[in-house]
Amino acid sequence: MSTAKISPTPRQQGGPPFLMALPALLLFAVFALVPMGIVVYLSFTRWDGLGSPAWAGTGNWHEVLTSDVTRHALWLTLKFMVVSWLVQTPISLLLGAFVAGQQRYRALLAVIYFVPLLISTAAIAIIFKNLLDPNFGLGASLNLPLLNKNWLGDPELAFYAVVFVIAWQFVPFHTLLYQAGTRQIPGSLYEAASIDGAGRLAQFWHITLPQLRYTLVTSSMLMLVGSLTYFDLVFVLTGGGPGYATRLLPLDMYITGFQSNEMGLASAISVVLVAAGLLLSLIVVRFSGFSRMRSQQAGV
Amino acid sequence: MALRTPIRVMVTASATALALTLTACGSSGRSTGAGSGDGALVWALTQGSEATFRASATEWNKQHPDSKVTYQYFQNDPYKQKLRTAVGAGNGPVLFENWGGGGLKSYVDAGKVADLTADLDASPAWKNRIFPSVLKSATFDGKTYGVPVNGVQPVVLYLNQELFKKAGAEPPKTWDDLLALVKRFKAEGIAPISMGGASKWPDLMWLEYLVDRVGGPDTFAAIADGKKGAWSDPAVLKAAQMIKQLVDAGGFAKGFTSVSADTGQAEAQLYTGKAAMLLQGSWGYGSIATGAPEFVAGGKLGWTGFPAVTGGKGDATDIVGNTANFFSLSAQASAKEKKAAVAYLKDGVYNDTYVDNLLKNGDVPPVKDLDAKIKASANADWSSYVYQLARDAKNFQLSWDQALSPELGNELLTHLDQLFLGQISPEQFCAQMDEAAAK
Repeated sequence: MSTAKISPTPRQQGGPPFLMALPALLLFAVFALVPMGIVVYLSFTRWDGLGSPAWAGTGNWHEVLTSDVTRHALWLTLKFMVVSWLVQTPISLLLGAFVAGQQRYRALLAVIYFVPLLISTAAIAIIFKNLLDPNFGLGASLNLPLLNKNWLGDPELAFYAVVFVIAWQFVPFHTLLYQAGTRQIPGSLYEAASIDGAGRLAQFWHITLPQLRYTLVTSSMLMLVGSLTYFDLVFVLTGGGPGYATRLLPLDMYITGFQSNEMGLASAISVVLVAAGLLLSLIVVRFSGFSRMRSQQAGV
Repeated sequence: MALRTPIRVMVTASATALALTLTACGSSGRSTGAGSGDGALVWALTQGSEATFRASATEWNKQHPDSKVTYQYFQNDPYKQKLRTAVGAGNGPVLFENWGGGGLKSYVDAGKVADLTADLDASPAWKNRIFPSVLKSATFDGKTYGVPVNGVQPVVLYLNQELFKKAGAEPPKTWDDLLALVKRFKAEGIAPISMGGASKWPDLMWLEYLVDRVGGPDTFAAIADGKKGAWSDPAVLKAAQMIKQLVDAGGFAKGFTSVSADTGQAEAQLYTGKAAMLLQGSWGYGSIATGAPEFVAGGKLGWTGFPAVTGGKGDATDIVGNTANFFSLSAQASAKEKKAAVAYLKDGVYNDTYVDNLLKNGDVPPVKDLDAKIKASANADWSSYVYQLARDAKNFQLSWDQALSPELGNELLTHLDQLFLGQISPEQFCAQMDEAAAK
């Protein structure tokens, strides 16, 4: 767990010279800051991608901030973020703690758990599109009425179907984080606890969980910011439908920009997205004590 | 990883912007494509007619070594974006494949497409061999900006003959017949109509046909002209209500809103006997013939036109669909390139071998006096039906999502999706579309 190893003094004296950071900074400026600046400029123009952008003042911004579609997309994105976190965190935490152990068959199970990590997003989306199909999918072919629902075509269900598929894809990654975190916990803590008569559950509750606090912060931050920008899987799986049921903010941006050819409006949406991402990161860092993090293993 | 894709999209968008700004300031140069010499570079799509294009280029280049055509092929969806970026930046090809309608018009409005009217007028034999109803899709303000290059794609109602025979039913002639059939097939435990509702555009075929049958072609003409309140026309409202009626009656197969049209599952429902009818473009025949050759060979596949609506103004021969794909000429091409390209469009496209290749492929070109050729081709029954349908149609309406601007087309698909889902009423649909059109 790298976060636990951060030096107790945040401001180190005599670190590597600034020059060494220059190449990275330059790349960041050219490929992140400059385009972002252009996007901000484009958000004040009307542009269909063919002619040249025409100044539109605050027109796009007015439309973005008052449009029901964008507001709904923003709300949906927030809901998606929270639900995703609630679903993924407990599963990956428990799985991570489990595969970090020494049980028999653990390695084999771990390999199976991590398979989704190896499949490309588009492939996952297409696989699930077929599995969830109401006529030829899993439910229909195995004749399981419980599974045989209109998962991707019912506006109520589609949202949760998307949450599920994304969890299926990303739980392995977070499991990996928690596994690594759990492996870092010194065995002496557990030995001491078992001498004191603590059972499995008590050990998990009083040692594993507190020791994984910073892993939890890292994983949550990746999850939250990740779901804010989630695009490819939803695009292939539902295309934002049915209706507006899974039209998350990044998807709204893509559809506006590349299908409706309203680049100005899409730029405004993407600025909102960037702002939301920055804000979210700041909040998480602030409230999780990320900047004050220090080793939890002092004295071990 | 999750974080990266949208950022990449953003960066691409911005990089495109940057590239455009730079090219706008700098060069006006335009690459012609490697090795084309004085000839013309053509951008076309991989699917459908690629084999015909390839054969045509080989033949043409053998006969015209001084003005060769060079084809480059692209996949459908990425092509739209690539073309837009390249043409916007002044790096487009000499000829490019497109769908006519609102999409082409946005290129015309940006001054990127050459007017072909004078060339067509100079050669009446060329102009007159093409169905005027098809040429209309690439004609704006009386000027023609593209010529068709492949087959017509009208939307027809496919039938599973076996299920019809079993139920002792006849193909629907009128809307009331269709509603009666829905009841009948439902009682037999068969889904009346399958549809790829998740792709949204199949929904549109129902609206297009119903609006035409109820109100005639003028209703959509008013919409396309952007007349205020055109979406609240009684014909549109009536059509939306009829759609609701059909959905509420259980006309569409269970779960139709999650069936994707791209995967051929709606067709599969028809040929596996799960559904009795399917409204789909003429390309559906190809999917069915590929998916279940024995179904087609056994004569189990039937087809008919969209039913008439009693008391409606529209003619029952009117059809909707994709009129054809077009080749348009870049306005930025040099005079020499233009000359070569026009010569190819005139004598290379739709010549005898070209038409034969299309027919072999199941494409029915919108070219006059082909009856004999079609009768002699494979799939003669089907090809003759499509040919007559396109030839005799009083009106051949281009798919609305193509005919309208991309912005409005997109909004239309989403609102229509909501109508099919029962999330909005027919009245709300009309009101929301009026609002979207006014933007």
